[in-house]
Amino acid sequence: MSSHYEAPIREPLVLGEKSYHDITMDIVKPIEGKANKNWYIAFGIALTAFLWGVGCILYTIGTGIGVWGLNKNIGWAWDITNFVWWVGIGHAGTLISAVLLLFRQKWRMAINRSAEAMTIFAVFQAGLFPLIHMGRPWNGYWVLPIPNQFGSLWVNFNSPLLWDVFAISTYLSVSLVFWWTGLLPDFAMIRDRAVKPFQKKIYALLSFGWSGRAKDWQRFEEVSLVLAGLATPLVLSVHTIVSMDFATSINPGWHSTIFPPYFVAGAIFSGFAMVQTLLGIMRKVSNLENYITRLHVEYMNIVIIVTGGIVAVAYASEFFIAWYTGSPYENYTYMSVGAATGPYGWAFWSLILFNIAIPQLLWITKVRRSFIWSFIISIAINIGMWFERFDIIAIVLSKGHLPSTWTRFEPTFVDVGVFVGTIGFFFVLFLLYARTFPVIAQAEVKTIMKSSGEHYKQLRDGKNEH
Amino acid sequence: MSTNKVIHALYNDDDVLMDAVKTVKEANHHIEEVFTPFPVHGLDKLLGLPHTRLAICAFIYGLCGLSFAIWMTNYMMIEDWPQDIGGKPNFAWVYNMPAFVPIMFELTVFFAAHLMVITFYMRSRLWPFKEAENPDPRTTDDIFLMEIPVEDNEEELTALLNTTNAVEIKVIEKH
Repeated sequence: MSSHYEAPIREPLVLGEKSYHDITMDIVKPIEGKANKNWYIAFGIALTAFLWGVGCILYTIGTGIGVWGLNKNIGWAWDITNFVWWVGIGHAGTLISAVLLLFRQKWRMAINRSAEAMTIFAVFQAGLFPLIHMGRPWNGYWVLPIPNQFGSLWVNFNSPLLWDVFAISTYLSVSLVFWWTGLLPDFAMIRDRAVKPFQKKIYALLSFGWSGRAKDWQRFEEVSLVLAGLATPLVLSVHTIVSMDFATSINPGWHSTIFPPYFVAGAIFSGFAMVQTLLGIMRKVSNLENYITRLHVEYMNIVIIVTGGIVAVAYASEFFIAWYTGSPYENYTYMSVGAATGPYGWAFWSLILFNIAIPQLLWITKVRRSFIWSFIISIAINIGMWFERFDIIAIVLSKGHLPSTWTRFEPTFVDVGVFVGTIGFFFVLFLLYARTFPVIAQAEVKTIMKSSGEHYKQLRDGKNEH
Repeated sequence: MSTNKVIHALYNDDDVLMDAVKTVKEANHHIEEVFTPFPVHGLDKLLGLPHTRLAICAFIYGLCGLSFAIWMTNYMMIEDWPQDIGGKPNFAWVYNMPAFVPIMFELTVFFAAHLMVITFYMRSRLWPFKEAENPDPRTTDDIFLMEIPVEDNEEELTALLNTTNAVEIKVIEKH
């Protein structure tokens, strides 16, 4: 047992007296069982929101972008806000599966599967917005560098918007194969247990014929490690490039060299908040209390405090620099006295309240280790991070260089509908995932049972005393 | 030599399996295959499996991606249709290069990741509609299975395996 040693001072990551088979049973329970009434209610609400969003998207495409609240000055508002918000949410999944793998953090194993699912579903939502905003989404393939009928007029590789195309599609596809490769042994486990022929066929198809040979596992671990190494700079690059959509423009308030690190920190901040929100519900609904423990919640909250702190410092320096320039124009950027007291003051203060003030509660150990408080604070951060993007975009654009052009952005019901629709779509996907996928990487959790399982730790520590 | 006969020894614990592999190896028997529900660390070394070269493949694939990105940006932006975009120099690739760094990086990662995973799937024979080859369905749950070919030494092997705390020992005719 010596090879499974872990310091007794470390809290266990898997609670209860569990055998390998118990883990299997816990993970397949939601898949082999029937959904309860709450699941159907939640799915119904999500589906309704999604269909409402589809209606609004069709209306936008049929009539034109004019149905949004955009005007001459504010040429993009909710669409790009939502795009950045959704991409940011995706970041936690890759951070958990890639960065924490490189740092050998065992606690990631209970949450990486769901966090990666969240990443992929969130990036789907994000990808919708640029596509809709094109106005003619059937021409969406024009962003690809393919020979065309316009005398081979190529895409512009100097443009951050095109970098975004490459970054987001690489990010989505690499996250997807990373996720799927990790899923193969777990799909195989469900396949080998399935009794219904149809279910067996489906999971046999999904598991790609995984057999679990020693050589397969050796390659599996190598591939996971190399993918983690590739995905780590990738995840940092994605939000860096998203921030360059703003930072490479010559607009004061956007033309800021701290945008890349600040956006990446913000993305991880919001992503972990969304993981807290989703897993806070999921651990209850899917009976995963023994796998997603207070310790997991606390660790995630620590990441939230750190990244939230980076974001707060970024806000402070933006505010200071805007004031320090002495330029009257800078007094109307999103982090300025003008913004705090202007017509968008409510959005400014929402940002401060939800993103800076409320997360400070996490310094208190009791709050940090409380499921309900973590859940409430995570909702606040989700709202706060949406306001961050809205402020950066709408406040900056609302006050142009010529005061006579100053204007405001008022969302129409279509703006709201599309946003609500993507939230619905996200939850439709996540709820389906929770019923059909192994929501915890059970093969990986089994590897840490002997080192970090509560029962094994007690056995070992008891022995050490004598 | 009755080559089609194999012994399946089943274990319900990874540590017991490791000890068993050691015992069988020390008795100079060939272990054909081990099926496990999760990666057992050190098992590949114990079985004498050579280290996988997938990481080297990924590096080479990444270089291919980088070269492709350089070729593509040069062909499209410099040679085929040079344009003055924001006053950025378009007469030589190196002068315009800083703007292409994100593309070069993303394509490096794209090629390295996807081609490595495809190589892994091909080498380990994993693809949709592929039949699984684990001999016992419990090996994806909590059973560890060691497969040893029998060469007129069935009794000797069974006796040896009986000392290794196996939960089940089966002699099977492979077709």
